[in-house]
Amino acid sequence: MKAFTYERAKTPAAAAAAVAGHKGGKFIAGGTNLLDLMKLEIETPTHLVDVQDLGLDKIEETAEGGLRIGTLVSNTALAADARVRRDYGVLTRAIVAGASGQLRNKATTGGNLLQRTRCPYFYDTNQACNKRKPGSGCAAIGGFSRQLGVIGTSDACIATHPSDMAIALRVLDAAVETVDASGATRSVPIGEFHRLPGDTPHVENVLQRGELITSVTLPKPLGGRHFYHKVRDRASYAFALVSVAAVLNEDGSGRVAFGGVAPKPWRVEAADAKMRSGASAVARTAFADARPTHENAFKVTLAERTLAAVMQENRA
Amino acid sequence: MTDQPPKMAVTFKINGKAQALMLDTRTTLLDALRDHVGLMGTKKGCDHGQCGACTVLVNGTRINSCLSLAVMHEGDAVTTIEGLGTPEDLHPMQAAFVKHDGFQCGYCTPGQICSAVAVLEEIKAGIPSHVQGDVSGTPEMTVLEMRERMSGNICRCGAYSNIAEAMAEVAGVRIAETHEAKMRDGEVRA
Ligand SMILES: Cc1cc2nc3c(=O)[nH]c(=O)nc-3n(C[C@H](O)[C@H](O)[C@H](O)COP(=O)(O)OP(=O)(O)OC[C@H]3O[C@@H](n4cnc5c(N)ncnc54)[C@H](O)[C@@H]3O)c2cc1C
Ligand code: SF4
Ligand code: FES
Ligand code: FES
Repeated sequence: MKAFTYERAKTPAAAAAAVAGHKGGKFIAGGTNLLDLMKLEIETPTHLVDVQDLGLDKIEETAEGGLRIGTLVSNTALAADARVRRDYGVLTRAIVAGASGQLRNKATTGGNLLQRTRCPYFYDTNQACNKRKPGSGCAAIGGFSRQLGVIGTSDACIATHPSDMAIALRVLDAAVETVDASGATRSVPIGEFHRLPGDTPHVENVLQRGELITSVTLPKPLGGRHFYHKVRDRASYAFALVSVAAVLNEDGSGRVAFGGVAPKPWRVEAADAKMRSGASAVARTAFADARPTHENAFKVTLAERTLAAVMQENRA
Repeated sequence: MTDQPPKMAVTFKINGKAQALMLDTRTTLLDALRDHVGLMGTKKGCDHGQCGACTVLVNGTRINSCLSLAVMHEGDAVTTIEGLGTPEDLHPMQAAFVKHDGFQCGYCTPGQICSAVAVLEEIKAGIPSHVQGDVSGTPEMTVLEMRERMSGNICRCGAYSNIAEAMAEVAGVRIAETHEAKMRDGEVRA
């Protein structure tokens, strides 16, 4: 690990200013992704700004009837909140399908959204990787690509975003609230928060240097039945091959987002409109532009079948 | 940045005793416990959050001490395997692991026991899990729940079934003997 200085910020704007003012500055929240990557020197911050004292650890009701989740709310606390379990079951289900109990106790809402890919070539510093080292190439294309993305990818990078929580947030139409060093705030719809790789796969989201996530907001409850089905190589403590977050109504209408398939939570609103025509109609629309490799073409079929299973459960 | 790697003072309570250390900022909580406080019970398996051998309780909550910086724990109360009980006065979970042979080589065991103690508390506190049928309800104290919640603790010796028995005993849950009985009890799926 490279050496760094460390401070604990006292206010959100001060935290933002501390990162913006240090070349090589970075926020640290739970540390469960950042420290992992710092040990491998994939991340090499020279100054860490710890955000644990910012008081952003509460879940509050919004004037619109939704919830505002402070960025420091742990994944465990968010999944366990009675309002979330009752009105946003897909979110609880997605969170508890990810990582382990220990990790969820430390992982935060903002940190989870910003966790980096699990592409094995990104993690192996001996391999070419445009995301880790822009311009160096992509060892995954033509390599072992079973776990990697099938849609939204580019010739520069085919990695997926690994978060389970983010898939549920996408289906719920959450928004990410931020503050920058000047104190200016903005709200970004979750669908516009993560960026597709194009030819700059190292740029993963719309945050500017030093811009701090303060909270994530949920609109008022959608009703319907909530599902999160995650298919993985073992029954627990593994990243998704494919996951389906869905909120379905009794008449079969609803909305769906897919995980494990793309560089961002994958939701196509035109596919939602096909929900009552069955899983293959939805999947045909959602994955119309899929460009799988020979090793991960199965994911497109798996996504359709997982959605079919969810629809069947909704009818049962 | 100075020539010397930055160091910082940190004060926390380890197993009830105040510790004031001056540490390289890079020091993880795990390395602080082992190399600076001299408590060798907590183990380093992977150093990347993948095995659970380094599990300790911080302010009563279980975390992976390998993925946390010591300097982030100013003022915290940390409990390690040494703080749960002593050879003369074992914690009930430690005693149950001995009784049920919940280990072979023992390397994963301190993490397993810290995790197991926290898991029973998490179920009692109503924290939901992946195997819960209805997440809006309250989780039940079943072996299925315990197994799912222990998935962050890997045991290369494969002592899992004995660990499950030790936990069931401490939780006061009857453990079904046969696969059929487990299916009937909802502990495994058909
Ligand atoms: C073994 C293992 C298995 C896992 N399995 C899963 C899984 O199955 N599913 C899943 O979804 N996840 C999984 N995870 C990932 C885990 O969910 C993330 O590590 C965690 O959510 C990151 O949150 P954190 O608070 O620890 O982030 P940190 O590590 O503290 O930070 C991550 C990034 O976010 C930035 N950041 C943090 N907070 C803010 C903020 N408020 N504003 C701006 N930037 C910020 C940091 O600078 C850093 O770049 C796994 C992790 C491990 C180690
Ligand atoms: S897929 Fe993306 S993350 Fe993986 S090696 Fe290629 S550029 Fe790197
Ligand atoms: S040593 Fe911490 S999880 Fe393996
Ligand atoms: S007892 Fe040997 S690894 Fe668990």
